[in-house]
Parts: sequence; C-alpha cells; structure tokens
Amino acid sequence: MTGKQIAEELARTRLEEGADIDAVDHTGKRGRIVKPKKRKTVTDERILSVQDLHVTFNTYGGTVQAVRGVNFDLYKGETLAIVGESGCGKSVTSNAIMGLIQQPPGKISSKGVHFKTQDLTKLSKKEMRKIQGVDISMIFQDPMTALNPTLTIGEQLTEGVKQHKNLSKAEAKERAIDMLKLVGIPNPDERLKQYPHQFSGGMRQRIVIAIALICEPELLIADEPTTALDVTIQAQILELFEEIQAKTGVSIILITHDLGVVAKIADRIAVMYAGKVIETGDKREIFYNPQHPYTKGLLTSVPRLDLAGGELKPIDGTPPDLFAPPTGCPFAARCPFSMDVCTNVYPEVTALSETHKVDCWLQDPRAQKLIDEQAFAR
Amino acid sequence: MGKYIFKRFLMMLVTIFIIATLTFFLMHAVPGSPLESDRNTNETVQANLERFYKLDQPLHIQYLSYMQSIVTFDFGPSIKDPNRTVNELLARGFPISFELGIITILVAVVSGIILGTMAALRHNKMIDYAAMAFAVVGISIPNFVLATVLIQQLAVNWNLFPPATWTSPMHMVLPVLALATGPMAIIARLTRSSMLEVLTQDYIKMARAKGIKPMRIVLRHALRNALMPVVTIMGTLLAGILTGTFVIEKIFAIPGMGKYFVDSINNRDYPVIMGTTVFYSAFLIFMLFLVDIVYGILDPRIKLHKKEGDV
Repeated sequence: MTGKQIAEELARTRLEEGADIDAVDHTGKRGRIVKPKKRKTVTDERILSVQDLHVTFNTYGGTVQAVRGVNFDLYKGETLAIVGESGCGKSVTSNAIMGLIQQPPGKISSKGVHFKTQDLTKLSKKEMRKIQGVDISMIFQDPMTALNPTLTIGEQLTEGVKQHKNLSKAEAKERAIDMLKLVGIPNPDERLKQYPHQFSGGMRQRIVIAIALICEPELLIADEPTTALDVTIQAQILELFEEIQAKTGVSIILITHDLGVVAKIADRIAVMYAGKVIETGDKREIFYNPQHPYTKGLLTSVPRLDLAGGELKPIDGTPPDLFAPPTGCPFAARCPFSMDVCTNVYPEVTALSETHKVDCWLQDPRAQKLIDEQAFAR
Repeated sequence: MGKYIFKRFLMMLVTIFIIATLTFFLMHAVPGSPLESDRNTNETVQANLERFYKLDQPLHIQYLSYMQSIVTFDFGPSIKDPNRTVNELLARGFPISFELGIITILVAVVSGIILGTMAALRHNKMIDYAAMAFAVVGISIPNFVLATVLIQQLAVNWNLFPPATWTSPMHMVLPVLALATGPMAIIARLTRSSMLEVLTQDYIKMARAKGIKPMRIVLRHALRNALMPVVTIMGTLLAGILTGTFVIEKIFAIPGMGKYFVDSINNRDYPVIMGTTVFYSAFLIFMLFLVDIVYGILDPRIKLHKKEGDV
C-alpha cells in the first residue's frame, strides 16, 4: 500500500467511524505549549493476531521457555506497548513475529501468528523475506550497533526498496531523501554518502527509523527504541513516532520497560511476565485501574518526583527460572496476595471490559473475601 | 592522502636505513670473510683481493661506501661470482620470487576466506568441522615437510605434477601449495571466528529484518567487517611467506632470489647480502604500506589522513 492509499484509507475510515473516537488526545501536558497535531486514527481492522505463541530455546543447560502462550491482537493505526522486566520474553515475542528466531536452537509453536490473512509461522524463509522490511519492519534498541559501520547510510537505506520494490537507483535515492526528510535529518542529499560513525546517536536512531519505514510497512515493531538514547533525544524520537503514525497510519508494537514512554505514546498495553501476557488493557485501564498485582507493583515502582520522601518501591524477589517455570501463576512467589491456588493452577483470563483482560485468581469471586479481610487488617 | 603517503614514504626510508645499518654490522660481526676458502691462497693475493674489494679499510669507511651503494642502488659485483653484479642477480631472481609470492598470497587469501566463511555459515556442522580440522593440520605442518611430502606423493608416486623448477603453470602447483597451506589455514581460522562474531551483530539482524537476501547479507554486510582482523595479520603473513620462499625455492630448485640470499650468507658475499636484504626489506615495507591502504578502504572509520579540526 502506498502512502497515498494509506491517506485515502485513513480519510475513509474517519468518515465511517465518525471522527476520531479512539484517538489519543495530547492535552494535559503541563508547562508547555502544545502544538496542534494531526490526530491519528485507530480502526477496527485487525492487522496482527497472535494466538498462543510459544518460543523455546534449546541450550546446553536445558530448554528455556522464553515465551509461553502469548495472545494479542493489533489493529490498524494502533500503538500497542508490550511492557515487562528484562527476560520476560518481550523481545523474543517480537523477534518471533518478525521471523528472526534462528531455528534451531529456537523453536516456535503457536495456533497462528496472522498478519492480515497470512499465517507468518507457515511461511518459508523466502516468502517471509517478502514480508520482512516490506509489510513488517523492525527498529532495534541500540542505534550505535544497528547500522553497518562499513556501508553508507544511502546504501543501507536503499538496499531494501531496491530489492523489494525493484526501484531504480535514482528512484531509490529519491525515496531515501524523502525518508530522511520525514525523520528530520537536514541535508539529506549530502548525508546519504556518509557512514554511520559520522552521525550522533539520536541521528542514527532517526536513520534506523527511516530504514524501517522506507518500504511503507503496515506494522512497525520497535524493540526498546529509546532505551539507548539520552532523555532529551528520547522525547524527540517519541514525538517522531507519533508524527509518523499520524502521517502513515502505521500500526506500532512498542517493546519497552519504560512506563514513561508507554504513557506518552501507547494506546493499549500488554504487560508480560515470565513469558506470558498477564494483563492487557487500554492505557487508561492499565494506568488508573491496574488489576494484576504485578502491574500494580510495576506502576508503584516508577520513581516519582511529585511525591515527597520518594523512596523507590521495587517488587521484592526475582522472576522465576524459565528453564522450569512454575505450573501456577509465575508471579505467585513474589505476590503479596498469593493464595494456595496461585502456586498450583494458572488463572483463567478474566475480561473486565472489552479491552481490559487479566490473568489473576484475585478476580475470582471467591478471592474477594480475602482481599476485604486484608484491607481490614491493614 | 598525498600528505599521508609522503609521511609514510619518509618513515619507510628511515626503516630501511635502520635495517641496512643493522645488517651491515651484523654481517661484519659474523666470523669469516667472503675471501676465505678451503684452498690456501697466497697471502699477497689475499691482500690484493682485500684491497680490491676495499675490505682492508676501516669499518666506518666501508659503511659509508656501503650506504653510498644503497643510495645509488648499485651494489657492484658479487664477490663469489665476479661476472655478475648484484643488480643482475636481483633482476633475474626477483620476478620469479615475486611470481611465487604473489600467487601464494592470492591462493592463501582467497581460499582461506572462502573456507573460513563457509565454516562460519555452517557453524558446528560437517563443513565447519572438516574445514577446521584441515586448518589445524595446515597450521601444524611446516612448509618444508609439506613440500617433501607433496613431491613424494603427487610428483614421484602419482606423477601428477612435475617435482621441481619453475617453467609452466603445472610446475607452480606444488610449490604454491606447499607455501600457501600455512597462511591459508591461519586466514581460514581467523575469518571463521571473526565471521561468527560479525554474524551475531545487530546490523546483521537488522539486515535480516529488512528481508535482504542471505547471499547479500554475507557478502555485503558481514564479510567486509569480518575481514578486518584478516587484514591486520596480513603483514605478519607476508613476512612469513617471504621467508618461506627461501626454503621452498631451495626445495623445488626455483631460480628465485631466495637461492642467492641463502648462498650469499653462507659465502659472506657482502654485496649480495646487502643487496638482497635491502631489497627484500624495502619490498616487505611497501607491502605493509599497501595493507594499511586496504585497511582504510575496508573500514571507513579508519582515516589515513587527519583533516583540519579532526579530533
């Protein structure tokens, strides 16, 4: 789909949906003038559907169950944030969707990872290459290492379009210049001839984004895109994401452990823990009404400037060993509300709203009594 | 760039000067002289000969005339074989040695890189194990042992290749094989390990995520980065191949420079020692300079010349 088509599509859906119902508003930012922004549109056209995704790795020490049954959907124009601590399987999930898991040692099984109508897990490597970089693109964490030091920016930008879209050199160059303009790099003409080491970290991440977007993908997977950048650059990059999403209508999966980033640009959030999505919901539901004790812990562990006597509140304990994950809830060992049932049986999904789903025994009516008792005791 | 080359050129001259000086004094520190032989020569004849070759003069005078001969690049006639000048020997021997050396380097570099890359791409598979077993054998066997084994098997027993001399491409097979195997094995091992490392880099993963064809990922994205360590050891390998040619030329009766070099040292043939040593070192230094240039071509981060205002 070309940019023009995307724009038309956007206009059409806007009419059908009756304005931006789900669009995120950018009000409420204190202390700065908010520029009027193009609003993005989330539609109900499902673009990605991940069902019961399992990823394991065979190592000398045994089999690691990195991802243990992940489910989520992604809609057109939406930003889904996958959050969780290190080693919870968020990157593995994104690599599995992208087809970047080496098999062996990795092993992927699922009930389907559908990108639109195609099941990505059933594609051959060759068929997958027609989707990689074209329909689904990826942005990597560290812009200092994601670019090849021995090739010019121009070559790294254009090789994808040249291969996938059969563009001539001149057309590809023109496209590359447009992309560099889009991500805000001045003098794109000159810059194309330069090598990565001639750019700063923030600039490089912009280039990485430009490379990811050059084939006009419908899905962008950003694996911790701001983690390696300093804070001022982080904000710029996040704004760039919002801008690009408004312009192109691309869907974004944002992998991060930074809840500040999530609060800024995500529409929906999936919280992962020990290889499972334990709670999903839209941004407000997760931030204002978190249900899973882990999500609550995650939110209270964010350092806050506005509260006096700010001591960090970490979640005690460590995540479970994924070589032998517990049969019950993986968070049970660290959970202040854990019950006998938690350690033995994995909780079923409880739907609190159309979007808000949580895997926790506390949602069971029988557990309510216990919560009341605890509240009373405090 | 021009400034850099000029600077390097001056450094090269200094290096050659030091080598020449060291060679001169080491040469004279070795007991014996070119005029000694098994026959008893008349003392007057001996003295006359010494006077003719200026060997009776004090060492510093000899040193000066020696330096003069280097600057003018005229080393005079050989003492053992007065019918030939050193320059003639070099002109006759060098092209052959050069041919042997260059073919060996090409064979070693190309096959080493191919072998190493294939081993890395089939990591922990049959090809990898086979290539690395071959490499270990190649590194362990000295070239003179390999040379004699090759002659015995391929030339004498199976009669596939001629056993000696340097006249046709068929004649070149065995000496090149004997000389190239060691460096090739080293390059293969190095390419493999650095390729394995490069293949885990983020930019390779990113190229995969872009859906780039595997062949292009290996050739365009990985190989160039993986060759950096190989270029680094090329200097050492070149020196190894150079000294290897002496031995190999001797074994295969190749009329290159190596023969003159070794003979001249045995005979204390001062002019020939000087000529060959200075020539060899100048050649090696020049090759090392080429290696540095290649470095700059492979990796854009390495700047051969500093621009104004660069850190």
